[in-house]
Amino acid sequence: MSGKEATAPYIVQGRLYVPYFNYYGALASEFYRQLRDSKKIMGVKCPSCDKVYMPPRSVCAVCFGNLNQLVEVSTQGAVLTYTVIHYTYSPSYQPATIPYAYGIIQLDGADTGFCHLLGEVDLDRLSIGMRVEAVFKDQREGNILDIKYFRPVQK
Amino acid sequence: MANRVAIIGVGQTFHTSKRPDVCIPELCNEAVRAALEDAELTIKDIDAIVVGNMELFEGRYHQDLWQVDYVGSYHKPGFRVTTGGTTGGTLPCTAFFCAASGVFDVVMAVTFEKQGEGDSRAALKTVADPIWDRWISTGAIGTFARLGSWYMKESGATEEHAALVRLKADKNACLNPYAHLKLNLKTVEDVLRSEMLVPPLRKLDMCPTSEGACAIIVASEQKAKKLSKKPVWVKDWVEVHNEARYNRGDPVSLENLEKAALTIYRRNGITNPRRDISVAEIYEPATWAELVWYEAYHFCEKGEAFRLVEKGITEREGEFPVNPSGGVIATNPIGATGMIRVAEAALQIRGDAGAHQVSREVKRTFTTAWGGSSWTVAHLLSKSVD
Ligand SMILES: [Zn+2]
Repeated sequence: MSGKEATAPYIVQGRLYVPYFNYYGALASEFYRQLRDSKKIMGVKCPSCDKVYMPPRSVCAVCFGNLNQLVEVSTQGAVLTYTVIHYTYSPSYQPATIPYAYGIIQLDGADTGFCHLLGEVDLDRLSIGMRVEAVFKDQREGNILDIKYFRPVQK
Repeated sequence: MANRVAIIGVGQTFHTSKRPDVCIPELCNEAVRAALEDAELTIKDIDAIVVGNMELFEGRYHQDLWQVDYVGSYHKPGFRVTTGGTTGGTLPCTAFFCAASGVFDVVMAVTFEKQGEGDSRAALKTVADPIWDRWISTGAIGTFARLGSWYMKESGATEEHAALVRLKADKNACLNPYAHLKLNLKTVEDVLRSEMLVPPLRKLDMCPTSEGACAIIVASEQKAKKLSKKPVWVKDWVEVHNEARYNRGDPVSLENLEKAALTIYRRNGITNPRRDISVAEIYEPATWAELVWYEAYHFCEKGEAFRLVEKGITEREGEFPVNPSGGVIATNPIGATGMIRVAEAALQIRGDAGAHQVSREVKRTFTTAWGGSSWTVAHLLSKSVD
C-alpha cells in the first residue's frame, strides 16, 4: 500500500441473516384463519371495558383482563387519519411504489383504529372521515396483506 | 445505605422446547399472572415493571415496546435491561435497586425466551466484535467442551463424573413440574450413550434450548411486611463484568465467577459456603461447568468438585444441595434462566418448592447467572430479615 491507501480508515463490512419464526398465538391465529378462509375481520371484545379491539389482543391494557371473545367487525370503516409517502424506503422492507398512502382505519363495530395501505384512490382527494372498504387478495396466505388495501367505498 | 427489600411473589410458566400455542407477549403474561397469584396481588399493586431477554434471539428486540399490555406495564414506569446470558440474574438486581432506592415500593421483573422463534447463532454473531472476533466466533458448545477437557487434565475427573452431574439434574428435574427435560435417566451409562458433540462434551452434558418465562415481585421492607406472609429477604447481590474478548485471554475464564462469589461471602460473613449456605441454584449450562464452577465458587478446594459429586454431597438431600430444581442442564429459556434460579431459591426458603423441596430448613440461598464472556451475577437470599 502506498500514498492515500496506506492511511485510509479500515472498514469492516458484512451482512447478517436474521431469520424469525414468530408464532401468532391463539387469538391472532384465529383472526388470520377467518381472514384467509372467510374474508372476515375479527376484533376482540373486552366485556369489562365494553370495547372491541381491532386488531384483536389477548390482554386488555386498561383492565388487564384476559380477552378471548372474538367478534366479527365490518370490512368497511372510516379513515381516522392518513399520510402520503413520497420517498422510497428500502425496497426489501417496503416494496410499495411511491407515491402511496397509509391510513389509520376504524372499522364499523371496532373501537380502535389500525394501520393499512389505501389504494384505488386519488391521493389528492383523501380526507379524514372518508368511508373505505377492505379489498382482499385472491390467494390469501394468512397474513395482514391478505387485505391488499382499503379503497373508497364503491357506491 | 439502601433500604431492605424482599421477594414477595414468584411465577414461571412450564418450560418446553416449543410453545406454538402462544405468542411471546402471551407467554410473558402467563408468568406475570402466576407471580401475581403467588403474591396474592393485582396488577394495580405494582408500581414499576422491568423487562429483558436475550435480544434478537427471536428476531426481535425492544420488547418493552411491544409487550407492555401483556406484562401489565401500561402507563407505568419501567425499563428494559439486557445483559446477555446474565439478563435473568440482572433483572432481579434491577428490581432490588428500584425498591431499595425508595423510589418504588413494589416492582415486578419479567423475562422470557422463546428460542424456537429465531436463530440464536445470528443473534450471537451480532454480539461478537466485528473487527476482531466475529470472523472466528462460534457457539457455546466448544466453550464447555474446552472447559471439560481442561478440567479432566487438571483434576483427574472423568466423563463418568460429568454423567453423575447429569443424573442429579435429571433426578431433580423429574420432580419439578416446571422443568423442561425429564429423561428418567437411571445410570451413568444412560448418559455416556448420548451422542458426542465436541469431546468430551456429549449431548446430555449440555443444556437444552427451552421456551418459557419467569416473573418475580420485589417490595420494600415496609410493603413486604404488609403485603406478604412469607417475604424472602434479599441480603445482597453483585454483578461482575469484563469486556468481551472471545479470542483472547484466560482459556477457562473463572475470575468473574470467583470474584462474584467471594464478594458476596466477604460482605455477608460467609467463611464456609457449604455450612453457611443452605441451598445453591447456580447457572450451569453444561455438566462440566457445574463441576468447575463449584471450585470457582469455593464450594470446595481446587480439583475437588468431582469428589463432591462422587459422594453425592450436592444431591437434593445431600449435605449441600445444588440445583434441586434440576437446574439449567434440564431447563434453559435463556433470558429467564437466571431469574428461575432466584425464583426457585425463594420457593426453597419459603418451603413452597413442592416435590423438589429439600427437607432441611433453608435459611440462606446463593444464586448465580452467567453469560457472555463469563459475566457473573450472584444473589444472597435469606429467610430472616436480619
Ligand atoms: Zn378491559
